[in-house]
Amino acid sequence: MISVSALTVSRGERVLFRDLSLTAAAGEALALTGANGAGKTSLLRALAGFIRPDAGTIVFADIEPAVARARHIHWLGHLDGLKGGRRAADELAFQARWAGADADGIAAAVDLLALQPLLDLEVRKLSAGQRRRLAFARLIAAPRPLWLLDEPFAPLDARWRAALGLMMQAHLDKGGGIIAAVHDPLPVPARPVDLGVGR
Amino acid sequence: MKALAILFRRELSLAWGGGGGPLLACGFFLCLTVLVPLSAGGDPAGLKPVAGGVAWLALALASILSLERLFERDFEDGSLDLVTLGPAPLEGIVLAKAAAQWLAVGVPLAAIAPVAAITLGLPPSQALLVALSALIGSLGFALTGALGAALALGSKRGGLLIAVVVLPLFIPPVVFGAGALERASNGLGAAPALALLAAYVLFAAVITPFAGAAAIRNAQG
Repeated sequence: MISVSALTVSRGERVLFRDLSLTAAAGEALALTGANGAGKTSLLRALAGFIRPDAGTIVFADIEPAVARARHIHWLGHLDGLKGGRRAADELAFQARWAGADADGIAAAVDLLALQPLLDLEVRKLSAGQRRRLAFARLIAAPRPLWLLDEPFAPLDARWRAALGLMMQAHLDKGGGIIAAVHDPLPVPARPVDLGVGR
Repeated sequence: MKALAILFRRELSLAWGGGGGPLLACGFFLCLTVLVPLSAGGDPAGLKPVAGGVAWLALALASILSLERLFERDFEDGSLDLVTLGPAPLEGIVLAKAAAQWLAVGVPLAAIAPVAAITLGLPPSQALLVALSALIGSLGFALTGALGAALALGSKRGGLLIAVVVLPLFIPPVVFGAGALERASNGLGAAPALALLAAYVLFAAVITPFAGAAAIRNAQG
């Protein structure tokens, strides 16, 4: 699905990691671990194409990186990209449609994540966990094979961590891939990739 | 194209919702045009020769107001990352955002520009020319303004930086636009000045998407 070889990424003067290689096959989840500042987020941003690596290559199976970024990658970072002043329904519709969802997909995501009672509220009125669920809905609404997740569970309670774990498992069962930066173990079987202690 | 229409509608809704961008810009525009005669000593006749120039200066300043919203907010709340991973190239995204900025802020400003110009002492017979030239010019302001907003991304005090980056780029349209009004006042045809104004807009439409997209990629990295 994605294969990374000899990747070196630095921020400013500081080299975060050198010669990192990893591959994720279809149906496989990778859990990136490492201390704060070890470069988990930067690695994810490099995979998503936001950061240009100093050296190394990132290859997506069978497709050009530009196409991968347009159609194959879901990005869920620290920031959920939701506008506080807009209705939850409008924000979900924009994020999901932009990622390629249709009305059926959005309805399915609303059902699965129990978003119906939140849709008429302004995003600023939602709790952190509710916002995360709303942001996660686009991953369900628009099928894209590779999920890049940065601390996806941080604001969620135990019930929703378990529920999202089931959704991630379903994604893997369909042949999708997940690369997630985490501090707690992922709720799905995942191959650990340790970025070390950082500096 | 369909994807960009989705983005365009969202941009319009963001511009009109929360903060009332267009009303704010129009209010600022009118305040400026009221302040100038007061600060010039209340002699309308003395202001007449520079009325067109002052109206264009006020239009340029009012066009800067909501530029920070264009990319900086999206950058801060993470939606710029999301939009980048979408079906449209970044160049198209920049152009769609600039077009929405023009429709949401530029067009309302152009609509009230005749009022401001007449307040400043321009003859009412020129109202149509003022509106037309402001309509073209504000498209140029939106395009180069988007470029300035992209260049200022990620810097501290971005709003101030945008103004400093963008104002020099606004010199040509102010010169051409005020020139069109002056030519009309002197009984000459305004067409040559309008053509120069349109040429500036075309130039900006070519430069802004590529330079703006490069600036955004640089800020994201």
